[in-house]
Amino acid sequence: MTVVDADARITSAGAATSEGGQELRSRGEISQKALMREAGAVLRLSESAAAALSDVAGDVGEDQSMIINMGPQHPSTHGVLRLMLELQGETVLRCKPIIGYLHTGMEKTGESLSYLQGGTNVTRMDYLSPLNNELVFSMATEKLLGIDGDIPERAQWMRMLLSELNRMSSHLLFMATNGMDLGAVSMMLYGWREREEVLRFFQKVTGLRMNHNFIRPGGLAADLPAGWRDDVLHLLDMLPPRLAEYEVLMTGQPIWRERLQGVGVITQSEALALAATGPILRSTGLAWDLRRDLPYLKYNEVEFDVVVGAHGDAYDRYAIRLNEIRESMKIVRQILERMPSGDYRIQNKKVTPPPRGRIDESMEALIHHFKIFTEGFKVPEGEVYVAIESPRGEIGCYIASDGSSVPYRMHVRAPSFVNVQCLPHMMRGGLVADAVAVISSIDPVLGEVDR
Amino acid sequence: MTTVDASAAARVAAEFVVPAGAIAAESCGQRVLFVEPGQYLATIETLYRDGFTMCVDLTAVDYLAHAGRSVPAGVVAERFEVVVNLLSVARRERVRVRVQVADNASLASIFDIHPSSEAMEREVFDMFGIRFDGHPDLTRILMPEDWDGHPLRKDYAQGRIPVQFKGAAS
Repeated sequence: MTVVDADARITSAGAATSEGGQELRSRGEISQKALMREAGAVLRLSESAAAALSDVAGDVGEDQSMIINMGPQHPSTHGVLRLMLELQGETVLRCKPIIGYLHTGMEKTGESLSYLQGGTNVTRMDYLSPLNNELVFSMATEKLLGIDGDIPERAQWMRMLLSELNRMSSHLLFMATNGMDLGAVSMMLYGWREREEVLRFFQKVTGLRMNHNFIRPGGLAADLPAGWRDDVLHLLDMLPPRLAEYEVLMTGQPIWRERLQGVGVITQSEALALAATGPILRSTGLAWDLRRDLPYLKYNEVEFDVVVGAHGDAYDRYAIRLNEIRESMKIVRQILERMPSGDYRIQNKKVTPPPRGRIDESMEALIHHFKIFTEGFKVPEGEVYVAIESPRGEIGCYIASDGSSVPYRMHVRAPSFVNVQCLPHMMRGGLVADAVAVISSIDPVLGEVDR
Repeated sequence: MTTVDASAAARVAAEFVVPAGAIAAESCGQRVLFVEPGQYLATIETLYRDGFTMCVDLTAVDYLAHAGRSVPAGVVAERFEVVVNLLSVARRERVRVRVQVADNASLASIFDIHPSSEAMEREVFDMFGIRFDGHPDLTRILMPEDWDGHPLRKDYAQGRIPVQFKGAAS
């Protein structure tokens, strides 16, 4: 195996980067077929839909349209998303997302971190729902180890509690950024304020506001702290009146409706063809939620509704997320009632380090502890794909193991990466001012798009 | 772990119709289909007609450093393996298609069946250098356009920052 020195390559690439062929090209340079594809014709199969397509595209000459860049440094692109838009006046004819500005090779990094360290890596991908990232990575590792059926009850309910609270914090942040993008700046402050309440609870439980590395293969890093129940109850009591305030501020407000209704429409067949998941797919009226349809943890034992929309527009996606916060609260209340006592991690000496107290008494425990944290544990050869419902859609983790203590290949199916593909179809024929509303309604996290 | 025993394969095969030319296997209890590169497109199409209308994930693995991996009888292990995760919303089922791709070989693009594979195939091309024939816009997606090499290949070293000690002669 010849190993090429990476340092030499970095210098040869030079300081300036060019996206070259990744960029949107002008009409004169591309074929009619490519133009139709970029316009989304490949997804619209019915004749009437294709006819409707032509009245937007028209046969604009190259001199009548203009290609402009939006981003990567644009406050409403949620990070470093760059969109190239072809405009005719104020109408968006074509759009191409250009990504990779936040690519840090996390999947490559994942190949050098042991299964115990891997959580610190994946938690940074979708930094708004770190606990869901850790959960899917841990579940994939457990499946490879063959211990996925032995995870203690309490660990599973704790994981559900954290996952649902994380969904709430992520959607609360969506409320904030969506409000900000559309000019409701006070909403931004409210959304961040409420999210911070949830993060305060996470800090109390895990020690960190974000990037927790708390859900680990085999269970969790620690038990819930004393008084956790009161903290969760405080959250559950605080949020409903605040959500009611959001309704007054936004849902019923004419300007808000005008800005979102009918904007960024996607049909169900388009969403399925583009493998869009989460609130985007549900906004088209398809009740698809992995928590209900392919249940994991204890989701089949709790009651909740899958919120769906009817129009597939930005307003539906907003309303779905707002109501998903309520559904998550409903689940959290049931978790509070049903949280069992017991172990918070599996008592499998291979995977779980011995308790701190044992290390002072037992040489073997000390050795075991040392081995697990330096070498890690070996995972049998095989490959597995596990998917769960993150706030943004289906997050999946594909791990191929060669029998050592580090994953041979670790791939994360990031919902935002796939959902961003919907942008050209949602933007088409809309106004450039609505582009911001459309990006916002996808709720992409660029850390996860680029990984 | 990929079991190659006949009973597991039979169990997986009993639940749904295995497309012609595909070899059914089981991996950690999940349904896996091995297909020849030549059969790949036809298999994806058959599965599409069978209800697997959503291509949720397409990725690849470079098995350069793990050549002796276990594959079912009848499958010739190659350097690369493209892994496609399909989902049937109606049946609430998943199936994983694994294709062996030799070094420097290309694979058919499934873009015409699953438009969602557009960005995923570009990512695999960018990270592994596997070319997809028939992909409408096969360019890099995450790395800069003028980048040399394909980072997720196993013969691509991880970048590092040299450690410098203050005052020490280098």
